[in-house]
Amino acid sequence: MACLIAASTISILTTVGIVLSLIVESFQFFRMVPVSDFLFGLHWSPQTAIRADQVGASGAFGAIPLLAGTLLISAIALSVSGPVGLLAAIYLAEYASPRFRSLVKPMLEILAGIPTVVYGFFAAIVIAPLLRQGGESIGLEVSSESALAAGLVMGAMTIPFVSSLSDDAITAVPDSLREAALGLGSTRSETIVRVILRAALPGIAGGLLLTASRVIGETMIVVMAAGLTANLTINPLEAVTTVTVQIVTLLTGDQEFDSAKTLSAFALGLLLFTVTLTLNVAALKIVKTYREQYQ
Amino acid sequence: MEARLKNRHRAERRFRLFGGLAIFTSLIFLGALFAIIIQTGAGAFKQTRIALDMHLSPADFNAGQAVEGDWLERADYQAMIKRALRQAFPELRSRREKRSLYRMVSSGAAFQLRKKLRGDPGLIGTDFRIWVLASDDADMVFKGAVPRDAPVAHRRLDDRQMSVLEALEDTGRLRSQFNWTFFSAGDSREPELAGIAGAALGSLFSVLVCLALAFPLGVMTAVYLEEFAPKNRWTGFIEVNISNLAAVPSIVFGLLGLAMFLNIFGLPRSAPLVGGMVLALMTLPTIIIASRAAIKSVPPSVREAAFALGASPVQAVFHHILPLAMPGVLTGTIIGTAQALGETAPLLMIGMVAFVVDLPTNILDPATALPVQVFLWADSPERAFQERTAAAILVLLVFTCLMNLTAALLRKKYELKW
Repeated sequence: MACLIAASTISILTTVGIVLSLIVESFQFFRMVPVSDFLFGLHWSPQTAIRADQVGASGAFGAIPLLAGTLLISAIALSVSGPVGLLAAIYLAEYASPRFRSLVKPMLEILAGIPTVVYGFFAAIVIAPLLRQGGESIGLEVSSESALAAGLVMGAMTIPFVSSLSDDAITAVPDSLREAALGLGSTRSETIVRVILRAALPGIAGGLLLTASRVIGETMIVVMAAGLTANLTINPLEAVTTVTVQIVTLLTGDQEFDSAKTLSAFALGLLLFTVTLTLNVAALKIVKTYREQYQ
Repeated sequence: MEARLKNRHRAERRFRLFGGLAIFTSLIFLGALFAIIIQTGAGAFKQTRIALDMHLSPADFNAGQAVEGDWLERADYQAMIKRALRQAFPELRSRREKRSLYRMVSSGAAFQLRKKLRGDPGLIGTDFRIWVLASDDADMVFKGAVPRDAPVAHRRLDDRQMSVLEALEDTGRLRSQFNWTFFSAGDSREPELAGIAGAALGSLFSVLVCLALAFPLGVMTAVYLEEFAPKNRWTGFIEVNISNLAAVPSIVFGLLGLAMFLNIFGLPRSAPLVGGMVLALMTLPTIIIASRAAIKSVPPSVREAAFALGASPVQAVFHHILPLAMPGVLTGTIIGTAQALGETAPLLMIGMVAFVVDLPTNILDPATALPVQVFLWADSPERAFQERTAAAILVLLVFTCLMNLTAALLRKKYELKW
């Protein structure tokens, strides 16, 4: 019995461990770099000087360009997976025959089971060159590490997320609503858009929030297909960098644990953890309130 | 009215078409992904070899001077390979010509020769033929991965090397065979010598550590929460906590591993032990959630029957309920393990990205993992590495698909209807 209780505290300990390790290291970082510089600074160039009198010795730790890059890529990804996933879910839940559904649903789920490093490889060697060539042929300059390539592939990856979560929300809408709308003479698409989607909206919104949190925290695709240099832009054809990319670049290779450069990765981690946790909690809350409505 | 109805029906068809298109697009993407990776990776399973006719005399081994038993180890095999190449193409005389000739075979050829002679020292003094590895550039051209009429900068073989290649081909001294190196070797800077064995072993060790930790812990947590825990604020907190942990980005777990396991506990960097521990923490929520659902689906009548026969609560759970819930628990575990197998980002944080040539032999040896190897190779400029990256992805996908398939079959086979 004591064993069982001990086992169940492991998950609590994990969370405590995450929070503690992030906060302790970030605290050390914020002793070197003020919090306001980190949260509102517009420049990110985390090199630390070897000699104190070197040019650019201090480095710049403004997280805004990283946040902007993360948001840009996430926005592209969600604008792909949101509509496509939702439409796919509607089709599977409302139009498809049971046979088609049982065939296609597992196939879509394969997309979610593929390791993300595979998507990264695909984005870097297929999608990025394709976009570059496409851009050249219509006279647009597309960076070889454009935000668009990473965002598109990430969007494709999250289609099954959106579709299975929306599917759950749509099938949970009681049939009485569906029948009432059809009985009043609306077509199926009218029923779906005006009745079912409205009833399922909280569930769908929760699903989208969960997907957003997943997209923001996604690492391998952006490490392999997005850029390394911080760039404050909203042009999807340029290279941008993200929070996760910077964490990886700062922490792979040799590290000294007293330099602001290494510690800044933990501050970024804390930022990432806070943002995704907020999104998750909000999503769970929305889904929960919605569930209570119909039961 | 009629026109309006027509419009509404048209809108209906359009809407339906959009839905179908969405599914079609996703499936096309899935198909393209697999097709391109298979097409890119297929070549890596073949390896070009070049036949060299050798004649080695005992004098090549300085047998008199070296210590007994050691002379086979110390001989200059590189020089023997170069001599055989020169003899095969006596028309190439200048230093530059010879140098470009030497670059046709892999630097691993010397090791192949040594291995062959260690197996059969009687070959010394006789004429024999050995099939040595071709260099990656020659390999790519012979396999047709790079077109023969491509510009030199892209082809990476100059015209002299091309004529050597054609001469070898015409005399039957060039062949393509199954690439065992890819499955038996560790990482290497030379594409033709690089393999996934080291990474696969690293993955195996990490996943075993992960399973050994996450499975018992996950099942025990699920049993506790589902069967014994009082419904109070503390257990409510544990539940919320678990569902939130399931959605924490994987890289954050890597930061935890770096700060806790490496810096505070002082565990070795790059070790599958630490990798497995981090993966276990990530897999834990998946296993707990699946196990709880499985335990919940066992009907109360089973528990009551056990109690009626005098079983204690612990006996009822471990002798009756848990065995009945096992298929569900195992399904969740397999899916969690498949995720852990494909996970890369947290392993980067704890240093499992090192360039490791030797195969790891235990969970404390430095190692990489399959997805990390994919990441490392994807960064290499050599074309031959691109091919190998895709091949490594194929191996990884075969494993994850097999695991997911097992989970699906298990669920189908043991799905009990109460």
